[in-house]
Amino acid sequence: MIKQLTASAIVALGLATGAAQAAGAGGEVHDTAFSFEGPFGKYDKEQLRRGLKVYTEVCAACHGLRYVPLRTLSDKGGPEYTEDEVRAYAAENFTIYDPELDDDRARVPADFFPTVEGEGMGPDLSLMAKARAGFHGPAGTGINQLVKGMGGAEYIASFLTAFNGKEQEVAGQYLNGNDVFPGGWTSMPPQLEDGTVEYDDGHNNSAHHLAEDVAAFLMWTAEPKMMARKQTGFISVIMLVLLTSLLYLTNKKLWAPHKGKKFNA
Amino acid sequence: MSGIPHDHYEPKSGFEKWLHERLPVVGLAYDTLMIPTPKNLNWWWIWGIVLAFCLVLQIVTGIILVMHYTPHVDMAFASVEHIMRNVNGGHMIRYIHMNGASLFFVAVYIHIFRGLFYGSYKAPREITWIVGMLIYLMMMGTAFMGYVLPWGQMSFWGATVITGLFGAIPFIGEPIQTLLLGGPAVDNATLNRFFSLHYLLPFVIAALVAVHIWAFHTTGNNNPTGVEVRRGSKEEAKKDTLPFWPYFVIKDLVGLGMVLIIFFAVVGFMPNYLGHPDNYIEANALATPAHIVPEWYFLPFYAILRAFTADVWAVQFVSFITGGIVDAKFFGVLAMFGAIIVMALAPWLDTSSVRSGQYRPAFKWWYRLLLIDFVVLMWVGARDTEFPHDWISLIGSTYWFAYFLVILPLLGLFEKPTTPPATIEEDFNAHYPGAAE
Repeated sequence: MIKQLTASAIVALGLATGAAQAAGAGGEVHDTAFSFEGPFGKYDKEQLRRGLKVYTEVCAACHGLRYVPLRTLSDKGGPEYTEDEVRAYAAENFTIYDPELDDDRARVPADFFPTVEGEGMGPDLSLMAKARAGFHGPAGTGINQLVKGMGGAEYIASFLTAFNGKEQEVAGQYLNGNDVFPGGWTSMPPQLEDGTVEYDDGHNNSAHHLAEDVAAFLMWTAEPKMMARKQTGFISVIMLVLLTSLLYLTNKKLWAPHKGKKFNA
Repeated sequence: MSGIPHDHYEPKSGFEKWLHERLPVVGLAYDTLMIPTPKNLNWWWIWGIVLAFCLVLQIVTGIILVMHYTPHVDMAFASVEHIMRNVNGGHMIRYIHMNGASLFFVAVYIHIFRGLFYGSYKAPREITWIVGMLIYLMMMGTAFMGYVLPWGQMSFWGATVITGLFGAIPFIGEPIQTLLLGGPAVDNATLNRFFSLHYLLPFVIAALVAVHIWAFHTTGNNNPTGVEVRRGSKEEAKKDTLPFWPYFVIKDLVGLGMVLIIFFAVVGFMPNYLGHPDNYIEANALATPAHIVPEWYFLPFYAILRAFTADVWAVQFVSFITGGIVDAKFFGVLAMFGAIIVMALAPWLDTSSVRSGQYRPAFKWWYRLLLIDFVVLMWVGARDTEFPHDWISLIGSTYWFAYFLVILPLLGLFEKPTTPPATIEEDFNAHYPGAAE
């Protein structure tokens, strides 16, 4: 009985796995062991803080985070700065046009990270870690994404360190060779080198580490409620296992006289 | 209401009698819940409850999402992000709704294939089957329009491709497409009418579900043997059946619980696994994604749509005799809808005198092949159309049609079925030797 039910559940999952699909990516994306992976993975607060620093000092020049409210930097399950620290960070780094003053003013925690648009600027990064898939296949089965995860953060980390030094000019636009970017050429110039950003805690700041840290930070900007979600999922599963077990026993007892079986409980 | 004789509701107190004479609503609920149900139903029969649960889940979460969502091309994407970041519990509501659609389709496919194996579509349950197919069509429409609402890249380009299919209909196609879109291309008008219909259709589905249940409560449930419940007297019927409440309600809830364990694990731990990353990029009419792929539950039929290209001889033949009116694109559209229509016609295409596939030795193999075919089509629907994918989808599509149009009619004539048990009671007692005593 239960075997059949399990079988149908597996069929259900099997049908579903046919689904995970590919968003185009070119070269090799390295599987990085991020702290937030798996059902029990959590964001590493220190890593998010380092990633924010890389974003602020490097990426923010050309990329916005328009959907991310600055106040969320003090949320649980994020970089968890104090409110005062967030206020200082916002004021120090970003301004915004205020129609009432008819002038720019410093941003406050209630504002969002800036929107960056225009000639030569890059795409918004708020959701980048969910808008890319690092892993595909094999052969369109979605198994790799099931095992390794979607790989959005891995894609970002690999992309940032995959510049191969080639350059070309196409229709007046300078393109840089990148082994991970789909098609192999991106208009973004290489940004991260060993020591580009100096960490306050003296953490290793090789290009490789900088890329991983900012990728982790961007995973947080894309999925700020991840830790709350996993917790809800975990509690739901436990409660449902309990409920289902009780229902199973109820069902067994209910049917026992009709099946000519004894039930002792 | 049911053709199976059973005890009906008797109002007892003064108030019950008063109400019953004016509105027999308690009697309706009683008769619906206490319907005699074949006691040999196996676990494949739980998916109806799962589906009912999905409908309620989607309506409830959907109503909450609407409180925070803005159906405008400039604000839709941002409003979904607002739900994900700022609304209390919004990320869970949204992920449940998003994955709820997938659960809905997992359940409906298992439910349909259960019906196909045990011959649930055969007389006298044709109406139940047809209404079920209508529900399935409505579900596809609802899911498709719901996927457009977040206004991501796949939303936009999926809408462009699928509404384009209607444009392939000769003569009247373009006006239909314009009407669907509310203009020449996917834009704000499209988003608004899709939002309106996405809110409306679930209630139409709810009404159809009531008809679906009414129909099979009239004929009685099918069961794994396909043998009808004996209806000579209440006593006879009682040997074959048990009342739906509590026996099957509790059993179905066990099944639902197990399904929900998996569902909440997916929602909690990998909510984006079934989605496409491109839909986290806001819709952009100027940038076409590298691959436009529909959601997984559309893939088998999407594969059939794409299978019939202009170099297939059947397409060339039809194009020739219709003077070019039916071109490859329209042929593909006809094939896609035809694939569902042939399934809906199964009650009249299946000529076998035996209902359940359990007693049809040859049928079993063709049926298994159909299951494999379905999975292969789902897989190939997400692949590109290069060799060998073009051939695989063509062979897969051909088998889908052959199963319904050739194999089902012929099998009934040539196959030698084994003998089903004489009664449901006999089948039940064979499983539970203790029950006979």
